[in-house]
Amino acid sequence: MTERIHCDVAIVGGGIVGGSAALFLRQMGFSVTLMERDWCGAKASGVNFGGVRRQGRPLEQLPLSQRAHAIWGRLPELLGTDAEYIRSGHLKLARSDADLGSLIAYKERSAGFGLDLEIIAGDAFRRRFPALGDRAVGGSLCPEDGHANPRLVSPAFARAAAARGAILREQTPVDRVWRDGDRFVLVSGDALEVRARVLLNTAGAWSHRIAAAFDEPVPLESLHPNMAVTEPLPRFLDVNIGVEGGGVYGRQVPRGNMVVGGGRGFALDPDRARPQRDAVLTLMRDAAELFPQIAKAYVIRCWTGVEGYTPDRNPIIGPSRTTPNLFHAFGFSGAGFQIGPAVGEALAELVRDGRSTAPLDAFRIDRFPPTP
Amino acid sequence: MSRPLSPVIVGAGPAGIRAAEALVAAGLRPVLIDEAARGGGQIYRQPPDGGFSRPKTALYGTEAAKADAVHRALDRIRDRVDYRPRTLVWNCESGALDLLRDGVTDTVPYGPLILATGATDRVLPFPGWTLPGVFTLGGSQVALKFQGCAIGRRVAFLGTGPLLYLVACQYLKAGVEVAGVFDTTPQSAQARALPGMLRDPVTLAKGLALVGWLRLHGVPVHHGIRPIAVEGEGRVRALRVRHRADEIAVDCDAVAFGLGLRSETQLADLAGCAFRFDPMDRAWLPVRDAAGRTSVPGLCIAGDGGGIAGADAAELAGERAALAALEDAGLPVDAARAAWLDRRLARVAAFRRALNAAFPFPQDWAATIPDDLMLCRCEGVSAGILRGVGQRGEAREINRAKALTRVGMGRCQGRVCGAAAVELLAGALGVGPGEVGRLRAQPPIKPLPIAATPVQEATP
Ligand SMILES: Cc1cc2nc3c(=O)[nH]c(=O)nc-3n(C[C@H](O)[C@H](O)[C@H](O)COP(=O)(O)OP(=O)(O)OC[C@H]3O[C@@H](n4cnc5c(N)ncnc54)[C@H](O)[C@@H]3O)c2cc1C
Ligand SMILES: Cc1cc2nc3c(=O)[nH]c(=O)nc-3n(C[C@H](O)[C@H](O)[C@H](O)COP(=O)(O)OP(=O)(O)OC[C@H]3O[C@@H](n4cnc5c(N)ncnc54)[C@H](O)[C@@H]3O)c2cc1C
Repeated sequence: MTERIHCDVAIVGGGIVGGSAALFLRQMGFSVTLMERDWCGAKASGVNFGGVRRQGRPLEQLPLSQRAHAIWGRLPELLGTDAEYIRSGHLKLARSDADLGSLIAYKERSAGFGLDLEIIAGDAFRRRFPALGDRAVGGSLCPEDGHANPRLVSPAFARAAAARGAILREQTPVDRVWRDGDRFVLVSGDALEVRARVLLNTAGAWSHRIAAAFDEPVPLESLHPNMAVTEPLPRFLDVNIGVEGGGVYGRQVPRGNMVVGGGRGFALDPDRARPQRDAVLTLMRDAAELFPQIAKAYVIRCWTGVEGYTPDRNPIIGPSRTTPNLFHAFGFSGAGFQIGPAVGEALAELVRDGRSTAPLDAFRIDRFPPTP
Repeated sequence: MSRPLSPVIVGAGPAGIRAAEALVAAGLRPVLIDEAARGGGQIYRQPPDGGFSRPKTALYGTEAAKADAVHRALDRIRDRVDYRPRTLVWNCESGALDLLRDGVTDTVPYGPLILATGATDRVLPFPGWTLPGVFTLGGSQVALKFQGCAIGRRVAFLGTGPLLYLVACQYLKAGVEVAGVFDTTPQSAQARALPGMLRDPVTLAKGLALVGWLRLHGVPVHHGIRPIAVEGEGRVRALRVRHRADEIAVDCDAVAFGLGLRSETQLADLAGCAFRFDPMDRAWLPVRDAAGRTSVPGLCIAGDGGGIAGADAAELAGERAALAALEDAGLPVDAARAAWLDRRLARVAAFRRALNAAFPFPQDWAATIPDDLMLCRCEGVSAGILRGVGQRGEAREINRAKALTRVGMGRCQGRVCGAAAVELLAGALGVGPGEVGRLRAQPPIKPLPIAATPVQEATP
């Protein structure tokens, strides 16, 4: 073995969840080693749509989501960059009265969580969002939601952790992991062996492999949200746009490019995915219909990523049921970018206190029967 | 049983046309796709139908006979190929290509696939390179051949590669004043390369003839120069270069520059071909055997799209790839012909090495690029921003650098700035250009209009 490291906490996976956990653990004074197979923030965390949105999440995610909201507000202080994070507002469109009814119902259900949702409809809607014209009967605005550049935010968490003394090993896949007495042993080829008291499984869509190593199989499926971006266009849209009932979503970045998402790509292999042609063409059609401002523009790039989905679309966050001092956080089902930093913070609390101040019950791994 | 899928060829340059010809000769009906309105590729590009008319000898000079032969080859097989001009291939996915023609998208599945996508100019930035009036060498030639106009009245030629002298001569012949030829290669390099070039005396003679002819017409030819800047406000006024300790300045209203060519490999990447770094081209190229077979069964690459070897080699490689495709499909091929092609192609490889020695890439150029100089025009990324992510250890690989800086993320998808970005990042890290990886291709490989509509299936 070329290198051996002993530390308090070993983290597998340097996405926004592993990277922020490393940062908060360092702030608490733990020694941390983060192992990342690729580059930190190169997978789902670095290629996602960039929606920093609380609105629309299931209620059980909202406490975490609110804590994340506070962390996002402190990015410059934490990371030394704002990573193009803008509190532009997130507007969820209703394309029918029934959909507007659903948005109103969500506003009422989520009233205690501090999202400050505002329902806007009819003439008031058209006056306030002339760019969206008459393609919606109204919408629900979460004024402090927004968007950010994932390519900048996610690597920055790992870098900030390293700057505070975390040991970062990129291009370092964890090939084998097991428990030896009261220590975890993680091995990458013959280059590195890490021994740690605590293990964090933040390996994204590949986390089930780590869980399986501790006899904890979980139902995790990889899916690939489809993205496209246009050339830069004159500014016409400030808010981050979603549509009730799903379909296409979009945001205009500070440079003027319009980023839109919808449909799914396909897997090339377990590690890589590509946009799918029919999904791309459908996305272009739907996006042009929703945003006529881009109808004459060109798409310059399409992409997708590899994201882990659970059957109930809620993540798994918390202690392992088989192995003490092993904590999981994965299965964000297409929505882990916004809450990622709060999950990192919750993991750090779990390591320090054995519990988190955020309610995590809904995310227990044992809500799924052990799969054979 | 379903009919076997037709072979598909992308690119109707010398390589693609010769490949199509060989497949037709074997009784197949290939699909032949090219973005351009007429066949011929880059070197034998034809003016638009009904456009200005100049005789072939004027358009193609010494290459007129070859141009004519390639054009005629396409004319002869035209009713036996499914020829689709003005058609962009923008994606390759799961055994089918995605096309765009006149705003309509379509998908063609392929059996054997031959990629003959050619090359475009390789450039590195230098101060003033974004001024209106600065063109690539290839672009300058296209202006002359295709649009029938020159890029300026008094043009300076800068860079390296055979195109440098060729295009300068073509401009002079077209009646344009040539302010000078500024070659980054020291004369000694060209002399050293002579023995290798002697393997192809015709090409060598042509090359020497070009230089001699330029000098005879009073055009100053300088060797071993480095650019300082293109001067001018809003338009090119002068070019300044360094020649050893001296500085040379010439007045001109346009500059044509280029540092050789770079292969168009995006489709090969999307198709899943394995790549390796080629030190001669200083680029990652699809792995190929002598016949052009890639790591993907059924997929061959011919011509400059697999490595820069020139038009004559492209013709040979196109035919050879077609024979390989036939062979692999279990169809009979003329083994003697294949062997003859192999021998010719082996000789080309030796010549290519000599050519590279004669026109080496100026490896020290990238280091002299000032930090505030625009590197990626599409996304507005300066050289210093890219160097910064390397120097700070934030990116040790080009796709990471792209993610952090946006370099190569814009309209051109790195086609223009990619080579320079690799050189700059490698320079910042103190490693060779082969050690920072290659930009991954993403669909669409060229911009796709949002308004594009899928083709309507014809009702039977
Ligand atoms: C295209 C797309 C769009 C999305 N849009 C949004 C959005 O708008 N808003 C939102 O909130 N969420 C969005 N998401 C979801 C969000 O990106 C993810 O939920 C979140 O990034 C998950 O973070 P992570 O750190 O768990 O995973 P990842 O970022 O995938 O990180 C896991 C890391 O673990 C590494 N790893 C895996 N196995 C090993 C091993 N054995 N050894 C070492 N390292 C290993 C991987 O290389 C990877 O870097 C989107 C996702 C995608 C793919
Ligand atoms: C601008 C330019 C000028 C040149 N001039 C000369 C010269 O004067 N003398 C000389 O010796 N050499 C010249 N060269 C080099 C010469 O072009 C090549 O050596 C030769 O043409 C290679 O032939 P080929 O068939 O491999 O590719 P090319 O001739 O380049 O043909 C490739 C064809 O593929 C098509 N294509 C590529 N991608 C796609 C796609 N995605 N969809 C649809 N179609 C596609 C292109 O439109 C093109 O017609 C020039 C190169 C360039 C770039």
